[in-house]
Amino acid sequence: MSARAVVTGIGVVAPSGVGVDAHWATVASGTRRTGPITLFDPTPYPTRVAGEVPDFAAPTWAENRRLVQTDRWTHLGFAATRLALDDAGLPERAPDPYGYAVTLASSSGGNLFGQRELQRLWGGPSRTVGAYQSIAWFYAASVGQLSIHHQFKGPSGVLVSESAGGLDSLAHAVRTVRRGTPVVIAGATECPLSPYALACQLASGLLSGEADPARAYRPFDADAAGYVPAEGGAVFVVEEMGHALARGARIYGEVTGWGATHDAAHTGPDSAGDPAQYARAVRLALDRAAVAPGDVDVVLPDALGVPRYDRAEADALRAVFGSRPVPVTTQKPLTGRAHQGGSALDVATALLAFAHDTLPASAGPDRPADGCELDFLRSPRRPDSRVALVCARGFDGFNSALVLRGAAARPAPRPRRATVPGPTEGTDE
Amino acid sequence: MTARRTVVTGVGVVAPGGVTRDRFWKTITEGRTATRRITFFDPSPFRSRIAAECDFDPVAAGLTEAERRRADRYVQFALACSIEALADSGLELTDAQRDRAGVVLGTAVGGTMALEQEYVTVSDSGRHWLVDHARGGPYLYQALVPSSLAADVACRHGLHGPAQVVSTGCTSGIDAIGYAHQLIADDEADVVLAGAADSPISPVTVASFDAIKATSPDNDDPAHASRPFDADRHGFVLAEGAAVLVLEEYGHARRRGAHVYCELAGYASRSNGYHMTGLRPDGLEMALAISAALKQARLAPEQVSYVSAHGSGTRQNDRHETAAFKRALGEAARRVPVSSIKSMVGHSLGAIGSIEMAACALAVEYGVVPPTANWATRDPECDLDYVPNVARELPVDVALSVGSGFGGFQSAMLFRRLPPAAVAA
Repeated sequence: MSARAVVTGIGVVAPSGVGVDAHWATVASGTRRTGPITLFDPTPYPTRVAGEVPDFAAPTWAENRRLVQTDRWTHLGFAATRLALDDAGLPERAPDPYGYAVTLASSSGGNLFGQRELQRLWGGPSRTVGAYQSIAWFYAASVGQLSIHHQFKGPSGVLVSESAGGLDSLAHAVRTVRRGTPVVIAGATECPLSPYALACQLASGLLSGEADPARAYRPFDADAAGYVPAEGGAVFVVEEMGHALARGARIYGEVTGWGATHDAAHTGPDSAGDPAQYARAVRLALDRAAVAPGDVDVVLPDALGVPRYDRAEADALRAVFGSRPVPVTTQKPLTGRAHQGGSALDVATALLAFAHDTLPASAGPDRPADGCELDFLRSPRRPDSRVALVCARGFDGFNSALVLRGAAARPAPRPRRATVPGPTEGTDE
Repeated sequence: MTARRTVVTGVGVVAPGGVTRDRFWKTITEGRTATRRITFFDPSPFRSRIAAECDFDPVAAGLTEAERRRADRYVQFALACSIEALADSGLELTDAQRDRAGVVLGTAVGGTMALEQEYVTVSDSGRHWLVDHARGGPYLYQALVPSSLAADVACRHGLHGPAQVVSTGCTSGIDAIGYAHQLIADDEADVVLAGAADSPISPVTVASFDAIKATSPDNDDPAHASRPFDADRHGFVLAEGAAVLVLEEYGHARRRGAHVYCELAGYASRSNGYHMTGLRPDGLEMALAISAALKQARLAPEQVSYVSAHGSGTRQNDRHETAAFKRALGEAARRVPVSSIKSMVGHSLGAIGSIEMAACALAVEYGVVPPTANWATRDPECDLDYVPNVARELPVDVALSVGSGFGGFQSAMLFRRLPPAAVAA
């Protein structure tokens, strides 16, 4: 149970860009990448702004055979996984298949693909769907395809806890590493941008109706008006530390703590989430990491952008950190909120911040709402303790927190390729 | 720290032919089949027009009006199962215990049924790509995100521990219980409501399996259409259902003098990395999952008393699985009784893995092995003891259950009887 799990590769495919360098450039410059929805005509809808991955060219990342079988959400996952493996210096095909596993989060499955097939079934003459509907729409589609292509044959998983799941997948990756699988691919991508998926999200009552992209998503701000949906996310190579060291891999940081709680209460117009349960998730994560609140360098919050939820989050953070203000930074307004992919993206931002030796300035709030006066990072600064806390909530009561300890910033050595310890059939204890 | 062990202290089931644990057990031990022509919609345009449907009454199951209004059918099943399982366990949680009580549920297709019904409305029967969101119901978002399944059960019982939905297709039911087991083993929870639910009997799911000819076209004889391991099998019969188990840390159960059905002694999963729907005949990864689960449980193949097979009744599955049992269990595979309750309750996708684990807990409890119904003709490639048609009384000390799903996932789980001395408080 004592094995340590480190992140050795990051693949970002998000509105902030494709690849860690593009993502970091967006974050470091504080450039907002949300804009009018282009994946379909958003005119009929009260929400017309989203975060889309710019110029995403799926054929760059997978051959046509796999693209036609899958949704855009999975295409984003193909790209993020290849980027993460490459970043980690690992080959495209697992050299030791049972020593590699993949556990991603997915909150809504293959939305564009699914809507096309529903239209064919209900609007077409034949009452049929295509041969790939059965493998493209369901939540396990990305993990199954990735397992096959990359030969990840260890214990795989698909987690769904709405926006909190990106963090849960990393926690589960550590559990899996500790049970003897040395390399676990974790994280999440999403694509909730089909007309029908947007219609579903509108029913949540949490989306922003602000038409001006610059003003649409402003968590903790007095003018907060809901969130802007987004696609994309981040995928990570989580690796047993000894395995990573043996092959000379660059280490971004260690996943040292995690905690998950549930409010046991639904999301609704009269609810704001339960600050006590949120705070408990944070404390569980800090305790597991053996980190005192005063030792946390930076917090990346959930930042829903709905006033009552922002206030509850601020209350929870105050409950944990007390009078010592903890620096808080959020980049979600730059990209929009990609559900499970969004919480994974925050993990990427935190690890890249340590790699670049820079905690990025928060993208707002310009004018903190009453009760939301946290210590937002107004300008970049050097990390100190190199401990980051990432928090996420999921619709209908999920709270998750993750503690990362960043490695010292240093020029990345070119990792040796695939000199991996001998093969295994995988273990589970 | 000594290893924390997981035991089963409560069982709740909603299955075709038997809503509630006792009726489910009666159905499957009497060898009765619950497959019939689909009644939820007119199935005549489809290739496969049969399914195993639940005659489910949410009021009788104890659901509140708010739950009946907001929860999709599969979530209602899980709520009903959770109520039954918790009552069965006798657990009365204190506030402090609620913080350490979680919910981990599996589902393969989640809110597909509600999503499709709402889609028909907002798209005006598929006429519009730009659907009219204003015509959608108030719970559309809950239908889009299957996390609603765990959330609603946590809300019902006031559970503040980790909540999660596991969605690995048709192994979701085993994998959710496995995930819950790991939470208990790792001291992240003391009690977890673990199981799975699916209600996929809607046109889009029926059409999806039609398109790849995975489901049985034996529409003229629905009662005998699910024929696992039989030479004349023609595909699986779609089903709905749910099961929830109360998983509890052994010391926690022992201290309160709980009735223990069995211990969760081993769980492992592997992926075949081969094909989204195809299976290699050698059954290698399923065999590896079984061997890993046995190793965890420190059990030898000869100690397995009963195997609850995936047994979906497709040509390739039953052959694949038979090979996997031979590979993992060796000579013991020839002697151990193997059966598939899908012959009676059909294949409820993500849910069935949990329903089969419930059957294993009851098999250990009652010393009876449910049969494989509809078995008539031996397939030379499926030559094990499939407990044809009639249940068998025998002491079940160790039950092995396996699942196999789209995406190549292969999972195995072991339930073991605890010696009476170990159960006493």
